[in-house]
Amino acid sequence: MAIVQSRLSRWWNRGAIALVLALMVIMMIPLYWIGSTAFKSRADTTTVPPTVFFKPEITPFIKLFTARAQERGVTDPAAYAKAPWWEKRVMEGGDRFIKDEKGNIESSGYVARFVNSIIIAVISTFLAVAMGTITAYGFSRFKMPGEDDWLFFILSTRMLPPVVVAIPMFLMYRAVGLVDTHVGLIILYTAFNLSFSVWLMKGFIDEIPKEYEEAALVDGYTRMEAFFKIVLPQAATGIAATAVFCFITAWNEYAFALMMTNKNAQTAPPYIPSQLGSGLTDWTVIAAGSLLFLIPVALFTFFLRDHLLRGVTFGAIRR
Amino acid sequence: MSTHAAGRGMSDLAIRNWFIIPTIVFLIVFNIFPLLYSLGYSFTDYRASMNDPVKFVGLQNYRELLEDEYVWANFVLTAKYVIMSVVGQVVVGFGAALLLNRPIPYKGTLTTVLMLPMMMCMAVVGLFWQLLYSPSWGIVNYVFFTEGKVWLSDPDVALLAIAITDIWMWAPFVMLLSLAGLSAIPPSLYEAAAIDRASRWFVFRHITLPLVAPLLLIAIIFRTMEAFKTFDIAFVMASMDETELVAIKLYKMAFQEWQTGRSCALAYIVLLAVLAITNVYVKYLNRLKAR
Repeated sequence: MAIVQSRLSRWWNRGAIALVLALMVIMMIPLYWIGSTAFKSRADTTTVPPTVFFKPEITPFIKLFTARAQERGVTDPAAYAKAPWWEKRVMEGGDRFIKDEKGNIESSGYVARFVNSIIIAVISTFLAVAMGTITAYGFSRFKMPGEDDWLFFILSTRMLPPVVVAIPMFLMYRAVGLVDTHVGLIILYTAFNLSFSVWLMKGFIDEIPKEYEEAALVDGYTRMEAFFKIVLPQAATGIAATAVFCFITAWNEYAFALMMTNKNAQTAPPYIPSQLGSGLTDWTVIAAGSLLFLIPVALFTFFLRDHLLRGVTFGAIRR
Repeated sequence: MSTHAAGRGMSDLAIRNWFIIPTIVFLIVFNIFPLLYSLGYSFTDYRASMNDPVKFVGLQNYRELLEDEYVWANFVLTAKYVIMSVVGQVVVGFGAALLLNRPIPYKGTLTTVLMLPMMMCMAVVGLFWQLLYSPSWGIVNYVFFTEGKVWLSDPDVALLAIAITDIWMWAPFVMLLSLAGLSAIPPSLYEAAAIDRASRWFVFRHITLPLVAPLLLIAIIFRTMEAFKTFDIAFVMASMDETELVAIKLYKMAFQEWQTGRSCALAYIVLLAVLAITNVYVKYLNRLKAR
């Protein structure tokens, strides 16, 4: 009986593992599709049946970084012969580079949006984590009247639907000239991430034994010194994890960016879908842009692997 | 309190205030103040696109919204979307967690890879699913042998198609929480059940499910709230009346039709619903923490 049981459960296990692998494949198809389309030729994106194996190309990335216009008429053979290989790729697709007076190729709108994304995500992350850490320390170590209510208030700001906040913020930003500015988005993202940062950091700081600081106080440190020299180093891992979470949130944010920016401070998320024009869309370029945009997040996910659970529950579940 | 630091440096009280108050002020200025501002506008006929004098209209916006059957239709649509997407996420996510809850080679890496979709940018992912759903060359139609099926511009299935993308993205979230719950169940319970020759169903029903329930509930409440607020993915993927969720309706009213006053009123109705769910969520979160 016991042998039959264990054989049965071994099959049960194998079946489960097979299903996990199947699920894995299904879940990965969309990501594979983004990654692979970024290296396809334009013709390969619109085949029936869909192309899975193909000769990879770098052309989508050349197109992604450069400003191009459609070439009217036939490409000049002399110009084609003289052009470097990357320009030939673009010419073969019926496009030409847009160049400034000095003949330098102009960069595409994507490059500017990507830079905006980096600037806005980095600065807002820094602010949210810095403020969040000290506030978390305050809540963790000192008594505060109505502490739970304040913490609930802080968390509830995170739950507000972006559109609800965006309407009055837009009116206020318009009045003070912050629409379509980096500062405007940085403020919004800092506010959005701040509550998360407070909750997550409170979880991390609660775990650092109070005795460390108390020993330091006995040794003649001031409270401030103890915070900077004892608590902060102890909380380094937590700070790093919180920062990565905040960065990802700001990096991925779409709704505020859509409503508050249109050009100068626009980040990549609203820009990438706006490339989807009517008619013939070049999916290879969109895929290349998406891939570059998603890769940092994928890397960060592996960095965060041990903190994911904590992150998605605002520090409530620590495992 | 601490006699050593007294006299030197800041008092604990001062430090507490310096550490906490700026954050609270910041959040009030950039979250609560705007909401009060829009509360004011919700009683007016203000249009941000015009310079007309603003007129106070009392509760008219609210009354009209609550009587507007199209607005109700948006809410019904959103409810449908929430149900499809959350049920799908729970089935796939909890199912995956049950499958993963055993010794599997490279389990850690496997789990992390499965988490990737939920970390990604919703707008970009949604955009790309358009290619997957493409009627003629999309891989979805190829895999399911539904050649030529239009997904995102068919009023009957567009919402479902969006929900499927949402499930793909967020089932990992439910999986993550469920796995945490499953791995916390003491093996001794299963051993005792094995000695009693309990059936697999009995074990699932009376050991696994009750012990995972608190975490699963957290996941469900949180995903319900997020699904209710859905904007990015549906906005990017389709633009039809049949996919106009409440958040999208709100966006259009405010930033395309410029009915600022009315949109502020609708925003408040949405806000109350979200705050109600948040309240429940935090209650369960605290209960879990207290354990």
